[in-house]
Amino acid sequence: MRLYNEPNPLEVKILTRRFGITNSHTLDVYLQNDGFQAFQKALGMKPDQIIDEMKASGLRGRGGAGFPAGMKWSFVPRSSPKPKYIVVNADESEPGTCKDRLLMEYDPIQMIEGMMIAGLAIDSHKAYVYVRGEYRYLIDLLDRVIDELYARGWLGKSIHGSGFDFDVYTHTGAGSYECGEETALLDSLEGKRGVPRLKPPFPAVAGAWASPTLLTNVETFSAVPAIIRDGGAAFAALGTPRNGGTRMFCLSGHIERPGVYELPMGFNLLQMINEVGGGVRGGRKLKAVVPGGSSCPVLKADECDIAMDFDALAKAKSMLGSGGVVILDETTCMVKFAMRIMKFYAHESCGWCIPCREGTAWLKKTLIRFHDGHGTSKDIDLIDDIAKNMLGRTFCALGDAAAMPTISIVEKFRDEFEAYLAKSSTTVRVPELTVV
Amino acid sequence: MIFPPELEARFDKMLKAYPEGRQRSAVIPMLMYAQDAIGMVTPELVQEVARRCGVTALQVDEVVGYYTMLHRKPFGRHHIQVCTNISCMLRGGEELLAHASKRLGIGNREATADGQFSLEEVECIGACSWAPALIDNYEFHHSVTPEKLDQLIDSLQKKAQ
Ligand SMILES: Cc1cc2nc3c(=O)[nH]c(=O)nc-3n(C[C@H](O)[C@H](O)[C@H](O)COP(=O)(O)O)c2cc1C
Ligand code: FES
Repeated sequence: MRLYNEPNPLEVKILTRRFGITNSHTLDVYLQNDGFQAFQKALGMKPDQIIDEMKASGLRGRGGAGFPAGMKWSFVPRSSPKPKYIVVNADESEPGTCKDRLLMEYDPIQMIEGMMIAGLAIDSHKAYVYVRGEYRYLIDLLDRVIDELYARGWLGKSIHGSGFDFDVYTHTGAGSYECGEETALLDSLEGKRGVPRLKPPFPAVAGAWASPTLLTNVETFSAVPAIIRDGGAAFAALGTPRNGGTRMFCLSGHIERPGVYELPMGFNLLQMINEVGGGVRGGRKLKAVVPGGSSCPVLKADECDIAMDFDALAKAKSMLGSGGVVILDETTCMVKFAMRIMKFYAHESCGWCIPCREGTAWLKKTLIRFHDGHGTSKDIDLIDDIAKNMLGRTFCALGDAAAMPTISIVEKFRDEFEAYLAKSSTTVRVPELTVV
Repeated sequence: MIFPPELEARFDKMLKAYPEGRQRSAVIPMLMYAQDAIGMVTPELVQEVARRCGVTALQVDEVVGYYTMLHRKPFGRHHIQVCTNISCMLRGGEELLAHASKRLGIGNREATADGQFSLEEVECIGACSWAPALIDNYEFHHSVTPEKLDQLIDSLQKKAQ
């Protein structure tokens, strides 16, 4: 099945501009459509100039946290006695997110060109693409593309006589959400359980094999060629202040036209739902939106008239996250929604730190019990309290990712929880108390 | 253990992909590709991967216990993985899982007696915009309805005969 949509007139196609061209993943088609122009240009630039363009672009990390990309590149030490590495985070497992898949399927060389430019900027010559295990077909595709790039001199020793060496390898994950967290990913890359590391030192200083490492999401690297080719300022101008460019928004849930759309940063969420996504499914009323993957606090329908950029969402006490926009209509049971989210985090908690390991398990147990009709009058506060006590106290952000949506759901839909509880004594869903 | 020639070639290349002395990095990929070839992670495979990567068997074993895609029991020849995470749940993922379970007569992480199918409820598989979704071994199926699922199982059963 073709995964990209018919272009919507509201889309601004920068990263997805080659989608729809037959064989857009192949080197020939890439070269015929501006491929490697940015790399050739970057060969003539000083590392500082490349990093300055990245800074000017206002590009912020697309993996979830939105850290300014140019700044991250500048944190990698100039000179290092150890080799420096580039690692692509293609673990894509934040519920609601399905964009990196498209970028790798339809334009893998764009991402690789972005990595090569990063290599020029930070003086790195070896890169690994860490791809979640379920995406085996993409690993196979990347392996074929990489072989062709080597065969035709676009990877390997002294690329097209430039004196610049660059190697790229794929690396498969094996089923673990936590391995998307950057330091857990690095442990996994080193052949260990995916458990997070203490920060600092940050990966830019001590990452893969304790060497300086630039670790970035697929979409972030995929934006680099356009930035270098057309200039950072042009990219920045597409978005809002401090939120440069476009991003891939994955519309899913109760929406007429689900799909992955490339829209300018700061695009209005209601317009996204109604004009890009064709409105709420079946003409129903909007209830809530998960704006950027399941880790983000939900927005109530009346909070959705908002610009989708990192700053506007932070101001609304939510997050732009990874671009997974999940639409919930009026029929959605928020108790069940909260329970399903927590089942996920409890399953994926790596068990390393106590607040996350115990907190997610306790929340899951309480939410299942509540959902099954055995809630008590103390439970709503208990759920809120456990989640708030996890927040900011876990070793990595997985604990926060579990706590944040939970707190938002309980706070914003407290009435619904109370009504659910009031009905519980008469409509017990599961007669036997579930022991989890 | 000796693997088919393509796999041996892949393993040789894999061991050279990581910096000198860091061959432990190949543990997870090697387990994944070998598991696909032999059906599951056996104690012999653990020993073999440990030997090839220069680590202890315990270090390999710890990894097997952590990652959900590595399994010590055989799956069916077709391992059907149905996503019930949020985007899929909102579009019928749970009903799809229940349907698959009924149709195949097996529960979560179980296999049919003939070894043809196994079933697993999985977390988000990166197909949220085409929900509900499932994976058959490594093949994605999007916007799956119970009818489409029946057709898939029918065609896989026919192929097996
Ligand atoms: C639990 C957890 C899971 C994560 N999963 C992913 C992921 O699947 N893909 C991703 O790019 N970033 C993920 N991240 C964010 C990464 O830690 C990291 O910030 C990101 O890859 C950096 O790339 P960027 O600067 O391009 O955003 C995750 C973070 C946490 C805490
Ligand atoms: S929620 Fe099912 S694929 Fe993402």
